[in-house]
Amino acid sequence: MSARKTDEIAGAGLKPNQRPELAALDDETVARALTRMHLIRKFEEAAEASYMRGLIHGTMHLSIGQEASAVGTTLPLEAHDYILSTHRGHGHCIARGAEPKLMFAEFFGKETGYCKGRGGSMHIADVEGGNLGANGIVGGGLPIAVGVGMSIKAQKNGRVCMVFFGDGASNEGAFHEALNMASIWKLPVVFVCENNKYGMSMDIGRAMAVANVADRASAYAMPGHCLDGNDLAGVAAVAREAIAQARSGGGPSLIECKTYRWRGHSKSDRNLYRTKEEIEEWRSQDPIRRLEAELKAHDRFDAAALIKLEEDAQREIDSAVEFARTCPDPDPKDLTRDVYAL
Amino acid sequence: MPSDTLEAPAAIRELSYAEAAREALAQAMEADERVFLFGEDVGVYGGAFGVSGDLVHRFGTDRVIDTPISELGIAGAAVGAAITGMRPVLEIQFSDFVTLAMEQIVNQAAKIRFMFGGKASVPMVVRLPGGSGTGAAAQHSQSLEAWFAHVPGLKVLQPSTPYDAKGMLLAAIDDPNPVLIFEHKLLYKTKGHVPAEAYRVPIGQAAIRREGADITIVGSSIMALKAQAAAERLAAEGISAEVIDLRSIRPIDFTTIAESVRKTHRLLVVYEGVKTMGIGAEISAMIAESEVFDFLDAPIIRLGGADAPIPYNPVLEKAAVPQEDDIVAAATNLVRRGEA
Ligand SMILES: Cc1ncc(C[n+]2csc(CCOP(=O)(O)OP(=O)(O)O)c2C)c(N)n1
Repeated sequence: MSARKTDEIAGAGLKPNQRPELAALDDETVARALTRMHLIRKFEEAAEASYMRGLIHGTMHLSIGQEASAVGTTLPLEAHDYILSTHRGHGHCIARGAEPKLMFAEFFGKETGYCKGRGGSMHIADVEGGNLGANGIVGGGLPIAVGVGMSIKAQKNGRVCMVFFGDGASNEGAFHEALNMASIWKLPVVFVCENNKYGMSMDIGRAMAVANVADRASAYAMPGHCLDGNDLAGVAAVAREAIAQARSGGGPSLIECKTYRWRGHSKSDRNLYRTKEEIEEWRSQDPIRRLEAELKAHDRFDAAALIKLEEDAQREIDSAVEFARTCPDPDPKDLTRDVYAL
Repeated sequence: MPSDTLEAPAAIRELSYAEAAREALAQAMEADERVFLFGEDVGVYGGAFGVSGDLVHRFGTDRVIDTPISELGIAGAAVGAAITGMRPVLEIQFSDFVTLAMEQIVNQAAKIRFMFGGKASVPMVVRLPGGSGTGAAAQHSQSLEAWFAHVPGLKVLQPSTPYDAKGMLLAAIDDPNPVLIFEHKLLYKTKGHVPAEAYRVPIGQAAIRREGADITIVGSSIMALKAQAAAERLAAEGISAEVIDLRSIRPIDFTTIAESVRKTHRLLVVYEGVKTMGIGAEISAMIAESEVFDFLDAPIIRLGGADAPIPYNPVLEKAAVPQEDDIVAAATNLVRRGEA
C-alpha cells in the first residue's frame, strides 16, 4: 500500500497518532461504514439462521469476515456509479445501499424482492441503485464491466464501474480479456479482487503461478494494489485513488483485498481443506472489531455509541426478515413474464 | 412503369446481402447515437466478410470498434453496454467462435432480464457468419442456430435474402432483447432488391416464398433458397410445393407452417444444422402435438445436416448438408408415398 503523508489530509481534524487513512474519514462516514459492516454481518447471520429453520431453499455464499473490503471499496463511490458483484455478493449489495428488507424478500423468493423472486441470493440486482447484479458464473461480471465502462465513456456521464470478483475468478479467461480491454481503452473501471485465499477448496498457492492477484496488473499496464482487506480505512483510501483515476480518464486499476471468509464456501461445504487454527487466526482479525477498537483508541466514538450502531443494525435486520417472511410468493402464471422485453 | 408488370422496374436497387446489412448498420447508426459496432477486424479491414466495409470512415473509431481476439470478453462487453443504455451490434467473426462466448450470451445476456425481475433489458445484436460450403472445414463451417434457439431469452434470426438481411437487422437493433443473427457465408455476395429507406421486417414472421398445394417445404437461410430452386424443378414434374422461409427460428412462426400443412397435407423440413436434435425435430413435434397432425397424409420428413462435423473434402462437404437434389428427391418421395 502506498504511504501517505499526514499533511496531505487537509482539514481532517487529525487527532494525535491517528493514521491518515482513518483521519480522512469523518465521523459520519465512519458511522455509515460501520453500520453497513454490521448490516452485512447480521444479514448473513440471519440468512444462515433462516436457512437452518427451513425458510430459505437453495444455497448461499456468506462473506462473514470480508465486510471491510465490500464497504471500504464502495465507500468513495458516488450515488450514480455502478457495481457488479459475485455469487458472494450480499456484502456488496448492502455496502452499495441496498435495502435489507428487499434483499431478504428476494432471498426468500418473494414477489416483493429486488428481482421479484426470480434471482435469489446469487442474482440480486438493484438496477436503479446502480447494482448491475451478482453473478452465478465465476468471472461473469468482469467482461460486463468493460461494456459498462464503454457505455460510460460514450455517454460521457462521468460515472465509474466497480466490479468484484474472487481470487479463483482471476484464473478465468474472462478476467484476462476484461483487464486487457479495459486497459487498452482506458475505461473507468475499478477491478476489485476479494482474495479470501480459496476458490471453494482450492487454495491460491495451488491455483496461481504468482503470489498475488495484484501482480497480474502489470501484464495489463495498470496499477495493482495489494491490501490488507480487513482494514476498512486502508481499503477506502486506496479505493478513493483508484476511483478518482478512473473518473478522470486515467483508466482502470486492480485492487486486491486480502481477506478471509469465516464460513465454508457454501452450505454444502464440509470444510475439509483448512484448519481450525487458520480460521481462528483470521477471526482474531475481525474487520468490525478492529475498526471499533481503533475508533475507541482515538476517542472518536465511545463504547455506548458503538453499541448503539450495532443494535440499530440488528433491529433493521430482524424487521427485514419479518417483512420478507410475510410477503407473497410470485404467481406461477407469471412464470414467463420477463423472459423477453416487449 | 405499369404496375401490373412481372418484371422488376428498372429503378429497383439491387444490393448484395453484405451491402444490405451494411446499409442497415449505417442507417441505424445515423438514426441513433447509442448504436455502435464492435468486433474483430470490423474497422479498416471492413469485417472478415466485408459487412462493415467503409463504416469506420463514416462513423469513426469510437463507433466502429476493433476489438482484441477475445470473444468471451467482447460478448460480455456488449452485455454491459446494453444494460447501461447503449445498443451494441457485435460481430462474431465466424459463428463457430461463439463457442468461446457462450457464457456471456447464454448465461448473462439471455438471463439478465428474467433474473432481475424485468428490471433490466439487454438490447444487443450479435451477427454470426455461419454455414458450410467454403471449404473451411469443421471449425469454420457450423450451423449452430438451434443451440441458441433452445435458450429462452434469446431471439434467433436467419435472413436468406438481401431484403431480409437489411430489414431484419434493423428490426433486431430496435428489439429490446438479445438477438442473434446467423448470416450464411455463401449468401453475402447474392444480390436482390433492397429499398433505400430504413424498413423493418418483423421478427417472428415466416415468409411464404412460393405457394403450392401438394407439399410444404420449410427451410431458412440458404436452405430456403435451395428449397425454392427445388420447388421449380418439382413443378416441372407436376408437384406443387409451397416453400416457407422461416427467417426467425425463435420466436418461430408456427401459425404459417400449420396453415400451410393444413392445405398441403405433407411436410418436409430442410435445415443445414446437424439433423439430430435440431430445428426439424422441433417443427415435427409441434405439428405432431397439434390438431394439424390429423391433416397429414404422409410422415413428416426431416432433411438435415449429417451427424458429422463438416469435412474439408469438397465432395464430402457437399454431401454433409442437404442439396437441391436431395430436396427434390425427398419431396417427390413424400408426395408419391402420400398418394400410395
Ligand atoms: C464458471 C464457473 N465455474 C465454477 C463455478 C463453481 N464455483 C462457484 S464459486 C467457486 C469458487 C470461486 O472462487 P473465488 O472466485 O475465489 O470466489 P470466492 O468464492 O472465494 O468468493 C466455484 C468453483 C461457477 N459458479 N462458475
